[in-house]
Amino acid sequence: MMRRMNADGIGTVLIGHLKVGVVLAALLATDNAIADSDKYVDNMRGRALATVGDCVACHTAPGGVPFAGGLALQTPFGVIMTPNITPDDATGIGRWSRDMFARAVHEGRRPDGSYLYPAFPYPYYTKVTRQDTDAIYDYLRALAPVSNSVNRNTLPFPFSIRSAMLGWNALFFSSGDFAPDPKRSEEFNRGAYLVEGLGHCGACHTPLNALGANKADHFLQGNNIDDWTAPNITNDARIGLGNWSVDEIVQYLRTGQTRTSLASGPMKEVVENSTSKMPDADLKAIATYLKERGAAGAPAPAPPSASDPQMRIGEAVFIDTCSACHMRTGAGVEHIFPRLSGNAIVTQDDPTTLVRIILTGTRGAGTDAAPTSPAMPSLGYRLTDSQLAAVVTYIRNNWGNAASAVTADTVKALRDRVSNPSLQAISR
Amino acid sequence: MARRLPRKDVVIVGLGWTGSILAYELARTGLEVVAIERGPWRDTATDFNIGTAPDELRYAVRHDVFLRPKQETLTMRNNPSQTALPIRKWGSFLPGNGVGGAGVHWNGQTWRFLPNDFRIRSHMIERYGEGFLPEANHIQDWPVSYDELEPYYDKFEYLAGISGKAGNIKGDMQPGGNPFEGARSREYPTPPLKQGYAQELFTKAATGLGLHPFPRPSANISAAYTNPYGCSMAPCTYCGFCERFGCANYSKASPQTCVLPALIREPTFEARTDSEVTKVNLSGDGKTATGVTYVDLNGEEWEQPADLVLLCAYGLFNVRLLLLSNIGKPYDPGRNEGVVGRNYAYQTGSGSTAFFEDAKFNPFAAAGSLGAAADDYNSDNFDHAPHGFVGGASITCAHTNGRPILYHPTPRGTPTWGSKWKKAVNETYQRVTNVGAQGSVMSYRNNFLDLDPTYKDPLGRPLMRMTFDYQDNERKMANWMAERCDEVAKAMGAKATQLNRLVGPWSVVPYQTTHNTGGAVFGNDPNTSVLNRYLQSWDVSNVFVMGASAFPQNAGYNPTGTVGALTYWSLDAIQKYLRSPGPLVQL
Repeated sequence: MMRRMNADGIGTVLIGHLKVGVVLAALLATDNAIADSDKYVDNMRGRALATVGDCVACHTAPGGVPFAGGLALQTPFGVIMTPNITPDDATGIGRWSRDMFARAVHEGRRPDGSYLYPAFPYPYYTKVTRQDTDAIYDYLRALAPVSNSVNRNTLPFPFSIRSAMLGWNALFFSSGDFAPDPKRSEEFNRGAYLVEGLGHCGACHTPLNALGANKADHFLQGNNIDDWTAPNITNDARIGLGNWSVDEIVQYLRTGQTRTSLASGPMKEVVENSTSKMPDADLKAIATYLKERGAAGAPAPAPPSASDPQMRIGEAVFIDTCSACHMRTGAGVEHIFPRLSGNAIVTQDDPTTLVRIILTGTRGAGTDAAPTSPAMPSLGYRLTDSQLAAVVTYIRNNWGNAASAVTADTVKALRDRVSNPSLQAISR
Repeated sequence: MARRLPRKDVVIVGLGWTGSILAYELARTGLEVVAIERGPWRDTATDFNIGTAPDELRYAVRHDVFLRPKQETLTMRNNPSQTALPIRKWGSFLPGNGVGGAGVHWNGQTWRFLPNDFRIRSHMIERYGEGFLPEANHIQDWPVSYDELEPYYDKFEYLAGISGKAGNIKGDMQPGGNPFEGARSREYPTPPLKQGYAQELFTKAATGLGLHPFPRPSANISAAYTNPYGCSMAPCTYCGFCERFGCANYSKASPQTCVLPALIREPTFEARTDSEVTKVNLSGDGKTATGVTYVDLNGEEWEQPADLVLLCAYGLFNVRLLLLSNIGKPYDPGRNEGVVGRNYAYQTGSGSTAFFEDAKFNPFAAAGSLGAAADDYNSDNFDHAPHGFVGGASITCAHTNGRPILYHPTPRGTPTWGSKWKKAVNETYQRVTNVGAQGSVMSYRNNFLDLDPTYKDPLGRPLMRMTFDYQDNERKMANWMAERCDEVAKAMGAKATQLNRLVGPWSVVPYQTTHNTGGAVFGNDPNTSVLNRYLQSWDVSNVFVMGASAFPQNAGYNPTGTVGALTYWSLDAIQKYLRSPGPLVQL
């Protein structure tokens, strides 16, 4: 449902005269935000909160001005174009009051009362305090207004009927500020506020029901989103964060990597745009919350036997194609090539990320702390569906890993989707 | 008419090793820095995918990452009595093109010059007398000492993650390292590469002959490494696609692996690629640079004003830009006056090819700087008195690759095609290794660079003319080295050896080495140097010139380690200059 911005982070330095620049600089647009020196502190607070919410990711078109909208969000129900949230009177939120803004954020309603779609994660944002929405409002109001008219009515019938959201809201949405749990630590509650509210982590990491609502009873148990696996981030030891320390979670969110993992796909952009710019105390609160709120995950299936033909083919493919970088032991290389043994992303019930990364290649997050943003090359061109299924099955069931086998049909279906140029244009 | 762009604090010409280091170090202090690079953008993720990077035809044969002669070439002659002709296909040396420069395609051999190399003129005269120096030589001391450069060598090595074994840490000799090296402040950042069978034989044989072998320092690194800029590298996989190739494995130190990921995050940095700087613009009195003029891919001309101009192109092209911009007095060999283009030097290659009866050297399991070396015959590490030459060579047993198209060693006299050739390749491929000597080249009155009177580039500017030949001193040295290499090759157990001597005039056709030095040398005397000891132009104090063009003569090593050290050395001076602009050396 959520769609991340179409910028290849700062890796994309455009070639050619005068187009070259550092995309990051454009993303920050700090100069605009500090125009009113009297409000510097408030605006910086608002900017920090907008960073937690990662507003820029959705509200920026590929190559467009930050916050000026126009990104095509691909939802199960059709395309939604994100609105311009710069303070332009005609095309942005220039005429919005603080109350109007707070109502949109908290209730998913426009100033005229019509309904927003939950592609805008107001079911999460409803927990954000009014003080914080006001700070974000002030920050956005301090940006330079950009005239950018966006077609906001792109969903097909019947989803084009916004009033239908009345019923959706009745079923799946309950508004209201975040309520801290008095039995928990302040740090836990801060983490909960960030994760359940502005951070809207569950929007990607929680499975959806048929009507596109996150299943509240499966909160943070993993989801397939845009043909990426948003993994289980409960404290489950096998497929969740059970083997990650609080420090490792903080490190991952700040730098995009840990000893075992490198953020890629949509999470690469979350790290680059949002979590790497957040204060360590908030990251630690998030980590504490995720570690302490509980574990949920299915037990490991029985691994295929080593003599299973798929495992034997998979091993051969692995040695030929993968082992130079990821090592015969699956240990990888810290900071560059992710570890495959004991890496929970490898053993998710849903193998999409693993298959996809081999098919299309990807890049790891690039942050100030770890700028390299290493690349995994596309290998889809030289592995057949069954070879790829075999190597993925092997990786998922070797070195102590255990996860379901992957079939050639699964690979073929994903290959068809991710190699469709029209879809790819959106998903990159 | 050039269109004028908004002023920048710093303009950098060329975005290779030196340009990227300076760009990052200056941009991180908040200065507005623009780098103008005539070739394309290149980065590991986009350009050097493991599926396509080891493409020998594309890169090694068709020179994909190299300068095209159409972009720029040189005219060449062996001596001033000849008429120079344009090099129409790069051969003897291969200049890089595009972001990363030659740092993309290098083999990764990363040396420090020896302490004596920095004061070779004084040293040789002290030990052997003035008459020992070759005729018409321009040998001059470097204006910096090894000890002064040591911290900067260290900086570059730790930037690049160099793999090696120290021989001398703060005066304490280290077993397994090079006992001749200058004292270093600490061990290499990563341990040496794994040595192969040939290196094992070499090490044993050389030790038996009383030499002091050690693993050659390498920028194809042996272990995972994260440098002080936060950039990460992965261990070398010994794939043997280094020289002429970009590394897809993040294993070879290059601007791409070591600097660019950090540099492109700097909000005050901008790169303009496919844009060629045509000249450095000067104020009316010729004493201050006002910026540069460049031409983009569409042929449009732009003027980029800047307070500071850093020439970071390949050394040869720095020299040409100085000549085209009228910075410094051009060298005139007839009068032996002037400085720009003076003291051009190169490198010698000689050695012995060793054929074995029954060996399996597996040359394909290789890396650009995998090798064992000995420095017993380098610099003045041995008594030159009986030999009548100045200079020396590092001798090495190395396998940089065993690639399928260009690596077909056969004994001399083998037909170059047909069944006999095939048979010889089949018999030789696994059973041949070699001991090579990479030697110094001194500077001479008649080896120089100037503008060609006849040939012009597509923009109408004169090509640069290279006048160069090996002199008797270098021939004598290189051929003596070939015999030393042969002794080691025989001691390794070769059933037959074949001496590779330096014969005939220097030719531009076969590849030899891209270690062109000099032409914009640094020194303490403006009559014999273009730059002062901080690589600052004597004539235009807001112009600094990086690269091996600053070497007063060449040593028996690859240049990049010293180029990197000089860059950091000059950076300190540039930062001092920025606090108080003007000449850093007062005469």
